[in-house]
Amino acid sequence: MSFSTGATGGGADRAIEVEGLVKQFKKGPLAVDGIDLHVDSGEIYGFLGPNGAGKSTTVLMLTTLLPLTGGRATVGGFDVASQGGLVREQIGAALQEAALDPHLTAREHMRLQTALHGVPKAERMARGDELIERVGLAEAAERRVGGYSGGMRRRLDLALALVHRPSILFLDEPTTGLDPQSRSSLWEEVERLASDEGMTVFLTTQYLEEADRLADRVGIIDRGSIVAEGTPQQLKSEIGEPAVEATPADPADRARLVEVMCRFSEGGTQLDAEGEAVSVRLAPGHNGLQGVLRELDAAGVELADLQLHQPTLDDVFLDKTGRKLEGAGEGPEAEQATGEREAVPA
Amino acid sequence: MNRVHYQQVYEVARRSFLRSLRQPATMFPSLIFPLFLLAVNTAGLNATTNIPGFPTDSYLTFALAVPFIQGGIFALLNSGTDLATDIETGFLNRLALTPLGGPSLLAGTLGGAMALGLVQSAVYISVGFAAGATFEAGLAGIPVLILLALSISFSLGCIGTYVALRVGNGEAMQSLFPVFFVFLFFSSMALPRDLIEQGWFRTIADLNPVSYLIEGVRSLYIVGFDAEALGAAFGICALLATIFLTAASFSLRTRLVRT
Repeated sequence: MSFSTGATGGGADRAIEVEGLVKQFKKGPLAVDGIDLHVDSGEIYGFLGPNGAGKSTTVLMLTTLLPLTGGRATVGGFDVASQGGLVREQIGAALQEAALDPHLTAREHMRLQTALHGVPKAERMARGDELIERVGLAEAAERRVGGYSGGMRRRLDLALALVHRPSILFLDEPTTGLDPQSRSSLWEEVERLASDEGMTVFLTTQYLEEADRLADRVGIIDRGSIVAEGTPQQLKSEIGEPAVEATPADPADRARLVEVMCRFSEGGTQLDAEGEAVSVRLAPGHNGLQGVLRELDAAGVELADLQLHQPTLDDVFLDKTGRKLEGAGEGPEAEQATGEREAVPA
Repeated sequence: MNRVHYQQVYEVARRSFLRSLRQPATMFPSLIFPLFLLAVNTAGLNATTNIPGFPTDSYLTFALAVPFIQGGIFALLNSGTDLATDIETGFLNRLALTPLGGPSLLAGTLGGAMALGLVQSAVYISVGFAAGATFEAGLAGIPVLILLALSISFSLGCIGTYVALRVGNGEAMQSLFPVFFVFLFFSSMALPRDLIEQGWFRTIADLNPVSYLIEGVRSLYIVGFDAEALGAAFGICALLATIFLTAASFSLRTRLVRT
């Protein structure tokens, strides 16, 4: 059985197209401020940003669960505002919280989900069992979900999102709170879905490593706006040269260390570094680590530590926003989204 | 509704019922507490049957109607709390992403409450007969009693569903437990209304719809087929269901918002 051909119901080459998407909460900030993006069929699109950046709000709008304040979005070729039912036929979604019933088993979840999606009765059990097997929960299929680990819950959540063979999959921070092994296992499954099944994946994350590893293209969102977009390699290459971070063996040598290091940096400026360490981004045309070492040796500065950092997506975020991605969050965006749903008039 | 809709309703109801069965902390009180209260009241208030005009010489038979209402209140709280928890945990979002319609969700949720009501009714009827209660309506009255019990579960379930959709919080839902029991205590649960001497209490009992639900069930045990009492009970059920199902449908449009 295959889950998807990657084709979209509306016949679109672009699985997702967003123009000027806006979400203004009634008693809150402008959560999404006119974003434009597109995701091609079969592509994994990483939506990277800190807490409160607007990631989950965007996902809720694209999955038809939250009305748009402005702009336009099509998913699978269908308009999310006016063709919600058709959009939902195209998509699977594992939202930020793995919303499962702790009193039901994995198999019972599958039974419910397949029935609600109108999967023919004769196929339900086979479909459910296949998906349970595929996410590695066969041995736990008859156990109640209340006893599952976070990783098992996430895997079941992913399997439930696939029961109706969606062509587009939304994953909202799928690995938040997972241990490294569970995270890695989920990454492998997402990669497999995209490569083997041709599924389009829209993945939100606040983990750089996740976006870097999984995404064909990354959109970096901050305070409701997309501040950068491209392949991870493109974005990192925009940053330019690597950074060098050195820690003096004797703190008294720090001033000399700064003086030498700044000769190699762009504009003679330092980057943020912890403790006694000094960090600079190397200017184009530098002599690499060797040049730095030679100069430090000549200046008589002994080092306790020396590291070369290739540009990361965090550097991209820092470059675009002036802040580090880690700890840049502003608040519980999801709560705002929930509050908005409560406020929607009947 | 087509076959898919029926299957959706069945699966939602099945989940609701399974969930109740698998929570002993909520399931057992709904069965045991009403019977415990019945035993205590029967033992303590049996002398009440000596009051002139009391409709039966068995207080057990008189009081047996009360567990049906208490069971309904427990079912209301359980199903309401489960629905509120679904809202809190985001499970409702999962349902919203499927083709499940609002009416099917409501029907399934209430179906689960009715299934629980059926189990409770079977227990109360069995215990009543085992304890020696008389049943004037005879064999033909049993299906009527079960139908009325299911109607009570359904109508009270509508209240629970509406409140759950409004508050969207399981703890808030549970905190309503005393409110519903106040309605029960200010009714004709312990005495027939015409024997209540306190004027204000009797007025409240006259205005309290719970009195008519109790009296409908009670009539089958004590009188037989009392058209007036049964009509009032079924009528109250229909009225409550209409009001709160309509209100719940509107609330669901807010909770299950989809474009």
